[in-house]
Amino acid sequence: MSIARFWRETPQRYNLGGSKCSDCSIVYFPPRSVCPNCSSHRRSIGRMVPFQLSGDGEVFSYTVVHEAAEGFDMQVPYVLALVKTVEGPLLTGQIVDVEADEVRIGLPVRAMFRKLREEGKAGVIHYGYKFAPREEDRAPAEPRGQRDASRAATPEGRRGPTTA
Amino acid sequence: MRDVAILGAGMTRFGELWDRSFREIGIEAGLGAMVDARISSAQLDAVYFGNMASGSLIEQEQIAPLILDYAGLGSRHLPAVRVEAGGASGALALHQGYLAVASGLYDIVVVGGAEKMTDVTDERGSDIASATADHEWEVVFGATLPSLWALVARRHMHEFGTKREEFAQVSVHDHEMGSRNPNAHYRNKVTLPQVLGAGPVAEPLGMLDCAPLSDGAAAVVLGPLDVARKYTDTPIRIAASQVATDSMALQHRREITTIDATVESAQRAFRRARRAPSDVQVAEIHDAYSIAALISLEDLGFVPKGKGGPEFASGRFAKGGAGPTVNPSGGLKSQGRPFGAVGIAQAVELVRQLRGEAKDRQVSGATLGLAHDLGGTGATSVVHLFERVN
Repeated sequence: MSIARFWRETPQRYNLGGSKCSDCSIVYFPPRSVCPNCSSHRRSIGRMVPFQLSGDGEVFSYTVVHEAAEGFDMQVPYVLALVKTVEGPLLTGQIVDVEADEVRIGLPVRAMFRKLREEGKAGVIHYGYKFAPREEDRAPAEPRGQRDASRAATPEGRRGPTTA
Repeated sequence: MRDVAILGAGMTRFGELWDRSFREIGIEAGLGAMVDARISSAQLDAVYFGNMASGSLIEQEQIAPLILDYAGLGSRHLPAVRVEAGGASGALALHQGYLAVASGLYDIVVVGGAEKMTDVTDERGSDIASATADHEWEVVFGATLPSLWALVARRHMHEFGTKREEFAQVSVHDHEMGSRNPNAHYRNKVTLPQVLGAGPVAEPLGMLDCAPLSDGAAAVVLGPLDVARKYTDTPIRIAASQVATDSMALQHRREITTIDATVESAQRAFRRARRAPSDVQVAEIHDAYSIAALISLEDLGFVPKGKGGPEFASGRFAKGGAGPTVNPSGGLKSQGRPFGAVGIAQAVELVRQLRGEAKDRQVSGATLGLAHDLGGTGATSVVHLFERVN
């Protein structure tokens, strides 16, 4: 994949930039130039405005992938999910920083910026969003301060095989 | 628009055909169909060819003239068209061939489909097939075709209480059917414990929930129904040929436990043919992943939404069940999955069933057959109804 092909999508993949129809107010991700909902499509042309997703949502469906997509071989098994964002759109992405057997439909998650995959040793490194359970929803298994300190030391997390 | 009939059918064995090239299997299927229809190349007006990814799989494009050339027809300079819609490429090519004959533009048309999956590694083959999902918003984030169908399966279990054992039963059924098909990729039977215990691919789907990557080709000859008896004693009328599409990515669909493109294409087909699902005795449906078969049966109108699992497990779609009999060929799971050939192979099986030539796979008294093919996770659905003309 050329650098340009990935680079041109960075506003969406890095910052969750979507769009909103100023006619019917439905939010889309990735951004669209025409609203699929408006009965008169033409009315929405030129009226789609940028809209940034908060990154908050919940697991809509999930699977544990054992036979990886290209470039994801080092991450198996990994959890892939459809996440229903609070603004409406469904997003496809990995769930990380949690044991696979703790993932369930309805689990609240938040998007975070992560490395997705790399194209060999010399190729492009792809970054984008993955999802993890929100800190405030986690069971207080250990004192708050201690936990934050350990996470800061290993920002990629240390929570078993689904971490990437 | 005039009525169109299938005059002849042919196909190769499906499987890992390491000793045979793409050209060879394409020619074998096409010539087989022409011999079956008792037509000579001089009568041929055009060729339509379904293929998903020859450029990636064998580094060869422009395959429609290529096959014609090596079939010895290069000097006739015939029109030749390649059609692509992922796993529905063959079925969509059949639709295009049907339109060409129905319109009166051409009289005799060969529609073929072929895919050579094993000239690349298994892993590469899967990656190439995943291009039938949305690359930018699914695959880049770690999705594969089986993982997307696994998301559908999990949601179907959540919404309707569908059980893991119920969709595992699809693979048991397909292998049972395919064990009687000499062209099938896998002719071994499998048991429920084997399916449940197979290695995981994308949970809850395991190895035996997923159709294999196969080589293979299939072809049919189409012509106007009013002259069909010149070529065959049992013309098979194409009672309907309907296509519907939807958003590429699962995440953009209205919902993921219904494939709207299947619903639309099926409803249009039944309307066009003035028939109902209950009129169908035999169906070849899209079972690339076991869960897809259950959802297809719901969306085609054979069972109510959410009931696919228990109805399938009850034996309804087995031989002698309330019907229709599903995938007598063994389906994609057992007969095999050479992507661009699948839709044509479904038509070939139904021609044999409706002619009463399916030997020990024969569904007795079959007069109306349905074929259903999907691209990717359902961005394209093609439904055909085939009818025996007496």
